[in-house]
Amino acid sequence: MLGKRSIKTTAKRQGIRLAVSMLDLTTLEGADTPGKVRNLCAKAVCPAPTMPEVPSCAAVCVYPSLVGVAREALAGSGVRAASVATAFPSGQASLEVKLRDAEEALAAGAEEVDMVISREAFLAGEDTRVMEEIVRVKEACGDTPLKVILETAELGSYDHVRHAAMLAMEAGADFIKTSTGKAASGATPGVTLVMLEAIRDYLDRTGRPVGMKAAGGVSNGKAALHRLVLVKETLGDEWLTPERFRIGASALLNDLLMQYQKTQTGHYARPDDFSRE
Amino acid sequence: MTTPQTRTGIVWEYAPAPESSAHVRLRGSYGLFIGGEFRDPLDGTRVATVNPATEEPIAEVAFAGPADLRAAVEAARAAQPGWAGLPALDRGKYLFRIARLIQERARELAVVESMDGGKPVRESRDVDIPLAAAHFFHYAGWADKLSYGVGGREVAPLGVAAQIVPWNFPLLMAAWKLAPALACGNTAVLKPAETTPLTALLLAEICQEAELPEGVMAIVPGDGRTGAALVREPGIDKVAFTGSTAVGKDIQAALAGRAVPLTLELGGKSANVVFEDAALDQAVEGIVNGIFFNQGHVCCAGSRLLIQESVAEQVIAKLWARMGRLRVGDPLDKNTDVGAINSREQLERIEELVSAGEGEGAVRRSVACELPERGYWFAPTLFTEVAPAHRIAVEEIFGPVVSVLTFRTQAEAIQKANASPYGLAAGVWTDKGAKAFEVASALQAGVVWQNTYNRFDPSAAFGGYKESGFGREGGPAGLRPYLRVS
Repeated sequence: MLGKRSIKTTAKRQGIRLAVSMLDLTTLEGADTPGKVRNLCAKAVCPAPTMPEVPSCAAVCVYPSLVGVAREALAGSGVRAASVATAFPSGQASLEVKLRDAEEALAAGAEEVDMVISREAFLAGEDTRVMEEIVRVKEACGDTPLKVILETAELGSYDHVRHAAMLAMEAGADFIKTSTGKAASGATPGVTLVMLEAIRDYLDRTGRPVGMKAAGGVSNGKAALHRLVLVKETLGDEWLTPERFRIGASALLNDLLMQYQKTQTGHYARPDDFSRE
Repeated sequence: MTTPQTRTGIVWEYAPAPESSAHVRLRGSYGLFIGGEFRDPLDGTRVATVNPATEEPIAEVAFAGPADLRAAVEAARAAQPGWAGLPALDRGKYLFRIARLIQERARELAVVESMDGGKPVRESRDVDIPLAAAHFFHYAGWADKLSYGVGGREVAPLGVAAQIVPWNFPLLMAAWKLAPALACGNTAVLKPAETTPLTALLLAEICQEAELPEGVMAIVPGDGRTGAALVREPGIDKVAFTGSTAVGKDIQAALAGRAVPLTLELGGKSANVVFEDAALDQAVEGIVNGIFFNQGHVCCAGSRLLIQESVAEQVIAKLWARMGRLRVGDPLDKNTDVGAINSREQLERIEELVSAGEGEGAVRRSVACELPERGYWFAPTLFTEVAPAHRIAVEEIFGPVVSVLTFRTQAEAIQKANASPYGLAAGVWTDKGAKAFEVASALQAGVVWQNTYNRFDPSAAFGGYKESGFGREGGPAGLRPYLRVS
């Protein structure tokens, strides 16, 4: 039923603006350079200079080594510098290395940390080790928001996704996040719904609201609006803010801008009309 | 350069998303479809059919009188030997054509179905019309393989089938009846429901377009009296009826002493059983789909919700929260979940039973949604503290009203689920496969859904136990009621 909502006219325009404001504009490549990160930051601050009603993105998400560059480029804009950490994306390292990774990101000025859970521990049934790692990273983060990546494509079932989501929330995650973007699939509708339902049940039980980040595979405007529908009808309007819901993506922003412009002009622009970074 | 804001402050609401009715080609007035053409009634009347969401008339429709029925049956009788004598592949070819034409005109049929009956266009677009086409496709394929459907025995058609369909799934029920009847070599006289004749009349146009031989299918709209007269026509060889148990009993009595085979698909008070080990969020979606699909105007609606006591409070809280998010209103809006009640008469019946439920001491909660001023509407309603003896736990409400009962053990669940004069469908929600099969085989219901509800497929047999009727529709089992097997 939720997959079939029809989002038209004003709802489409507002939904696109909302989605842009929830974007964690992301670049996580071996070839990232300070120059590319600065360009991306400029785009996150002002996605469409010709359409000033389009808001800034929520954050720019980079590797720890580049978070200092991002912090500087974003200074004073309200857009936050986020860093992945804990041996992203595989999480195959000792706890000491992971903590060190997170601490470096924080020292470099990360305002948000995206960590990965140890799928190796989770799939081996060692729930306490999964939680212990999250607890320790959260301790290191202090008040800095911590997003915990479940890498749902590697978990194998919705039951596992739900269980991992609960472990992450119990361990203190501020956000739970679907994917690294490096796996075969990401924030599919089913996975997103299961995690939103887990957040709802955790809220009912504990009273603590936890945010959600859909990352991986949300690559066009239609998919992004569909995720907003899931959020709206599962957790309600209180979750439709960047404090509670994020979308992690890189290619998505330009499609959102193209769709938004189409609602104004009635026709699609050329892809080249929007800068890639 | 000014920096855009990082917070939009947007409260996101869906804008209206109305499905256009501009492409609909309805005539102002429809005659009776007899002998391959639309005719003025001989002794019938003309009645306006009304949009239940607005109370506005949509078109005028001829209701058949006794002479009209006689003419329809005679035309069908005259056409039957020729139809049965066609090479079976050719009969299938006509049915394939009808199926494809339904697909071609799907958008128009969906809009008309929603205008005439009040159901959300999302449902008519995604369920009613595609399934109607699927039934014709399915039985088109059986036309030249009939004896394989009955274990390799010799088969012959029965003759002329009189078919009466209800107002809840007008085109889909017509397809369920017509497709197997025609595939088996029978001809058919179909009476659509009083309040929803339009899509059947569009189907008549489709039959003309498909060049179906004259007289093979007649469409004779009318009310209850028309139906009662049709089943008493001497020239019929088979009766198939879907509707209320009371009318079903009357038809069975009318056929007493005649060798006219009968298929009845009647009312229900189906149990939807939720065990404590079910995936509860998914169960809640299934409960909603079970009872609020088509405003609860579904003979197999999961109107008796049985929840295991250990999770009852939790499931009811989740269900109530979910109900609050249902979008009630304009059936033609693509985001509407619950549309209009089909008729004033049906609305009064729902209101009467709901106030009886309150009077008997059950606790009523209705969603506080804004309902349009004109038209027939009823807010989704949940009853808790329901005792098995209450009327709302026994009688079919046929509206968006669910009665919640609880149970402690599996044995008690089975006992309560079976404690009904009806036995059409049931749902079982559990993640334990063994339990699902054990419970399903103990339930006296024609259809049992496991971890889903209201899922239909032309290859699956559908029909009732006890006062929910007899005979099966769908799949190879659906061929038998239209064949003489020797």
